[in-house]
Amino acid sequence: MALRETTERVADLAGEKYKYGFVTDIETERSAKGLNEDVVHFISAKKNEPEWMLEWRLEAFRRWREMTEPVWARVHYPRIDYQNSYYYAAPKSQGERPKSLEEVDPKLLETYQKLGIPLSEQKLLAGVAVDAVFDSVSVATTFKAKLTEAGVIFCPISEAIRDHPDLVRKYLGSVVPVTDNFFATLNSAVFSDGTFVYVPKGVRCPMELSTYFRINASETGQFERTLIIADEGSYVSYLEGCTAPKRDENQLHAAVVELVALERAEIKYSTVQNWYPGDAEGKGGIYNFVTKRGDCRGRGSKISWTQVETGSAITWKYPSCILRGDDTVGEFYSIAITNNFQQADTGTKMIHLGKNTRSRIVSKGISAGKAQNTYRGLVSVHPKAQNARNHTQCDSLLIGAHCGAHTVPYIESRNPTAKLEHEATTSKISDDQLFYCRARGIPQEDAVALIVNGFCRDVLQQLPMEFAVEAQKLVGISLEGSVG
Amino acid sequence: MMLEIDDLHVAVDGKEILKGISLSVPAGEVHAVMGPNGSGKSTLSYTLAGREGYEITRGRILYAGEDLTLFSPEERAAKGVFLALQYPVEIPGVTTLTFLKTALNALRRARGLPELDAMRVLKLVREKAAALKIGEDMLKRPLNAGFSGGEKKRMEILQMALFDPKLAVLDETDSGLDIDALKLVAEGVNALRTPERAMLVITHYQRLLTHIVPNRVHVLVQGRIVKSGGPDLALELEATGYERVLEEA
Repeated sequence: MALRETTERVADLAGEKYKYGFVTDIETERSAKGLNEDVVHFISAKKNEPEWMLEWRLEAFRRWREMTEPVWARVHYPRIDYQNSYYYAAPKSQGERPKSLEEVDPKLLETYQKLGIPLSEQKLLAGVAVDAVFDSVSVATTFKAKLTEAGVIFCPISEAIRDHPDLVRKYLGSVVPVTDNFFATLNSAVFSDGTFVYVPKGVRCPMELSTYFRINASETGQFERTLIIADEGSYVSYLEGCTAPKRDENQLHAAVVELVALERAEIKYSTVQNWYPGDAEGKGGIYNFVTKRGDCRGRGSKISWTQVETGSAITWKYPSCILRGDDTVGEFYSIAITNNFQQADTGTKMIHLGKNTRSRIVSKGISAGKAQNTYRGLVSVHPKAQNARNHTQCDSLLIGAHCGAHTVPYIESRNPTAKLEHEATTSKISDDQLFYCRARGIPQEDAVALIVNGFCRDVLQQLPMEFAVEAQKLVGISLEGSVG
Repeated sequence: MMLEIDDLHVAVDGKEILKGISLSVPAGEVHAVMGPNGSGKSTLSYTLAGREGYEITRGRILYAGEDLTLFSPEERAAKGVFLALQYPVEIPGVTTLTFLKTALNALRRARGLPELDAMRVLKLVREKAAALKIGEDMLKRPLNAGFSGGEKKRMEILQMALFDPKLAVLDETDSGLDIDALKLVAEGVNALRTPERAMLVITHYQRLLTHIVPNRVHVLVQGRIVKSGGPDLALELEATGYERVLEEA
């Protein structure tokens, strides 16, 4: 429901802007190329930020300059020149006319047609006057009235920094510290957009919240920052979707997402990541280096991550849970699909600190073409975490003979009462299965999609209904051309 | 003629398995192909369904007058060829009902018919499933995963009933069935015998043919049809064994 509704609403707004002249300008305002303190000042000024925020960014930038890029992941890419990119890009409100739909690469249109996204939305997705709308600003305003009624704050983080400084100062960087890792620190210095959610005590958020992220400008990195706080006894389900245009260049996307669940609160966070994966020869595509972490801070709280990762040239992402409070629950459900030359190194960390903490990990990795797919996970039980429980299920599916699947599970238990289970399987789509489907009339690519969807079923079931339907289609599309 | 096989030679991995088979099955008839292990029975069924790796080195297969070998497995299915497998394949995580809906609608699309929504598929499946004693719980389970031998074979016959083929090839549908399951499956098959439909029943044993009485019986030994006759040939074969037929041939 939510993503579709959001994108349709966003589409409506885009249509409106189109009608009122926004369309006459797709010129983009950017910061100067490269990264230095001036750029950080520029971004902060663009957002009309208070002094404390600027200081926070500058501190992050200074720390980042002393850090080195991590190399432990099983991914390979040429060295990134951080000075050869733009760190801020926003569409100006006036300027020259954007390309019409007819000028858009028909393959791109076809792709979105296949995704079942209506034509009006294609205007957005194809990169015509959509940036502003895909900014979380528009999404936030769409739902604002109804949410305000419930006391829920849902707005761009830049707006929250101005309007809710106490909440932001209290929680920003409290789950992912500024110096957590190279990419998180970079994000802390230059983040531009993202979503802020606060659900007050005892409130069950009346609708699914969602944000549709899109990278539009060329030679530009996207650094979004999302902060979600669920106060005592509250519940929120949040969805994000992402796409990017096809380009020969690689673009960097380094986001940070922080979740805080206070006593008995529950946060469900779902992602369908469909950044441009690069072409069949491995040219172009997004470098998706993302830090996502949730803190079950209060007793009896729960954080559940569900991710469907089909896009990006490289995915480096480990949505994690810190099970700090007693009786807290962390979940991670993941589907990672890599085709052609895509590389994914993804998984989770479950850090058991409190008593009677439970975690569940279900990871489904699908690899086709010449892709490499790695599950990397850590289950850590600290000395005070009495009666911690973890169950990990890690399944890999290989399509064809030139791809790879790797599983790197780390388990650290420092409490003898812990019960930790790990199951792993690796399988291939068999010729028998394909032939059987085809002999019953199901064309080959549909058969692959059907079999892979069956393989992913446990995870797809975790997604909200409408989202699951989109995700199922995406699974099929991502694997097109992978067999025969 | 629904199916016309003429001097069919088939090789697998360069080794010739079928060495010149000819047989014709008109609409409305059931023909049995009997043979010992390794005689080429499954090769014949896979070749008819169009499986890759089964190379036709000589001869031809006509289906309703058309060269069947020009078409992919899914195209053959759309044209009305159905193969019930000896070992139905498990598809983990895909519920039986989802599979049936996907296949049925793929066939309907290819046949120029409108697709059916989930409710109408369910209704149709329930109608056909009842006679085969296939319950709701089986439809909700992943296809063939954890099914007993009898359940798997009944599921094949359910699909045959749903997909409305003009030519049905049943490959050792009796293998692994106890006598009750065998009767149930045979009744299901007999219910689908119509004047428009041709069937090729491939089996090792005679016992299936007491329940599904064929119009003709062909004996396949070492890649050749060595003898053809009426239903009595099956009984004769059961009494004397394949060795004898081979000696005579």
